[in-house]
Amino acid sequence: MSNNEVQGILVGHGKLAEGMLNAIEEITGSREGLYPVDNQGLTPEALEKRLSELTGEGPSVVFVDLPSGSCAFAARRLQHRRSRMALVCGVNLPLLLDFMFHRTLPLEEVIERLRSHVGISIEQPTDGDSAVPGR
Amino acid sequence: MAILLCRVDDRLIHGQVVVGWGAHLGLDFIAVVDDELSQSEWEQDLYHAGLPEDIDARFVGVEKAAHLIPKWAANAERGFVLTRDLATMRSLAEQGVLDDIEINLGGLHDAPGRRRVLPYLFLGVEDREELDRLRRTRAEVSAQDVPSARKIRLEELLKLKSE
Repeated sequence: MSNNEVQGILVGHGKLAEGMLNAIEEITGSREGLYPVDNQGLTPEALEKRLSELTGEGPSVVFVDLPSGSCAFAARRLQHRRSRMALVCGVNLPLLLDFMFHRTLPLEEVIERLRSHVGISIEQPTDGDSAVPGR
Repeated sequence: MAILLCRVDDRLIHGQVVVGWGAHLGLDFIAVVDDELSQSEWEQDLYHAGLPEDIDARFVGVEKAAHLIPKWAANAERGFVLTRDLATMRSLAEQGVLDDIEINLGGLHDAPGRRRVLPYLFLGVEDREELDRLRRTRAEVSAQDVPSARKIRLEELLKLKSE
């Protein structure tokens, strides 16, 4: 592991983090550079300490599920003293996959990529013109 | 009355509060009563950054809260009072400003000296002393992490065995 590679920490409610990394591994065959943390049973202090240990002093991106969740607040608190740490709220698989394949880039470029890859796609048939063949 | 619930939760503002209870109660504001946070602007910004636009957050110390809670209770805005520990909530209850208001024990997590009573509630000797003092006030105390969970009244909670 190079010190310049951006570390990804995925923090979620319940078993979301492990579940998403399991999906990433199934798709790519690897989960290198991504570490899951679940918030169950942790005090805010313990959660922040766990994040601090995993992010280290190098460049990192913390992915969380909810912007108003305890995971996000712990990450924001840590970010207050970590200049090389970015926080992404509303994690999804396309974002994580993009991160995995580009985490050797400088942190700023990784962030710029994530900003432009919102990863949400909403598809809806228009009236009388079904987008789904055969409907 | 527009103080809908008071909650003790060491995570303060977080998912269960904002999404779970916030949506259930239709909250306009969350009042965090905490002497330390009321003095820390950057930490208040941090919480404001994570809240949905339709829910306001207010941060006040215990002394100021004791004056404000009756005013909030008489107001039409729908609010939720939050403390990170039992001592703060007990202090408000003993001042009589939480009479007949429901106090919800929503999250006290594992720490040295505490033992598990419920998955979301770990209590130590000091916590039990605080609960005993709370029992003598006119507040209604129960444990319930999310709205869909069973509400456990204080009397029943104190009889549960620690693990």
